Amino acid sequence: MAAAVGRICGARLLKNYGIVAPQVCQLSTSAKGWTKNRKLWLSTLGVVGGGVGALLFALEQSVQASGTEAHPYHQPWSHDGWFKSFDHASVRRGYEVYKQVCKACHSLQYIAYRNLVDVTHTEEQAKAEAAEVMVKDGPDEEGNYFERPGKLSDYFPSPYPNENAARAANNGAYPPDLSLIVSGRKGGEDYIFALLTGYVEAPAGVVLREGQNYNPYFPGGAISMAQVLFDEAAEYTDGTPATASQMAKDVATFLRWCSEPELDDRRLMTIKAIGMFSMLAAVVYYYKRHKWSSLKSRKLAYKPVSKK
Amino acid sequence: MSLWATLNRNVFKRTSTFAVAVAGGTFFFERTFELISVSLFENINKGKLWKDIKDKYE
Repeated sequence: MAAAVGRICGARLLKNYGIVAPQVCQLSTSAKGWTKNRKLWLSTLGVVGGGVGALLFALEQSVQASGTEAHPYHQPWSHDGWFKSFDHASVRRGYEVYKQVCKACHSLQYIAYRNLVDVTHTEEQAKAEAAEVMVKDGPDEEGNYFERPGKLSDYFPSPYPNENAARAANNGAYPPDLSLIVSGRKGGEDYIFALLTGYVEAPAGVVLREGQNYNPYFPGGAISMAQVLFDEAAEYTDGTPATASQMAKDVATFLRWCSEPELDDRRLMTIKAIGMFSMLAAVVYYYKRHKWSSLKSRKLAYKPVSKK
Repeated sequence: MSLWATLNRNVFKRTSTFAVAVAGGTFFFERTFELISVSLFENINKGKLWKDIKDKYE
């Protein structure tokens, strides 16, 4: 490998050319170009690199096409786009759906009640939400563990004490933690929405075990989670009609927020970066023209050596 | 005497005044740039941000 790199770059890699030499090389007919060997190595590198890249891309595409699961349809999310923030009303409704439906089986262990402040709830409301749950704390002065109402700094409590308890209560299937689920599943929130609204009767020939359901969007089709979102399965405090698809959309938005709470900041940074870099680009463009003006406008003349 | 020449002679020529000009310019530039970017962001996402909807829940 080192030999190959050496052959391609050679001593040229470390050589100090000075400032004017490269331009003189370009302008002068006496400058030597690349050696044949170097050309050969470089073109081999290009062909192999391009070939490997194309192969990887083709493999990835064929893997997508080879599965049996249905691909989630892309939904017009309100936070899709370079500058689009979350729809915070939707995130708040999604939290309500999580609290009333998903929370029974799924933990959300990386989100704390303080994270809700100024995102979906005011500070007082978030405190009230936290106070509704009991949190295990301790040890106290006598070394005992005790339960107390939650505080803003507490993380969302998990429905089961550990993974084994969760499996035992759910027919051997582990309900995954939802904190990073949207980033962790192919298709993101489109997948969550399609999965939650995609339950159908199992087609003929598909054998489901006890307690399993059929969902074409779930890899393999047999999913242990039953359909949970029916119309009016949850209640919205803001009066939005709680249809199944409305709830699926809101909870998918909420879970995207759980996975990427910094999304709004990133969108703002996009705007700032575009502004800043376009100014810098203008400066760099001017500076390049300024520095090259003398080089571009000059002529080199060779004085032939007289043979006497 | 043009404005540019005055500025050049009184501010940019001496390193001490030039450094002060850079620091001051940075401050005002950053504030303006921040204000413009944030107002752009809030205009694009009007009605979706928490500050737009929090009155509904209080």
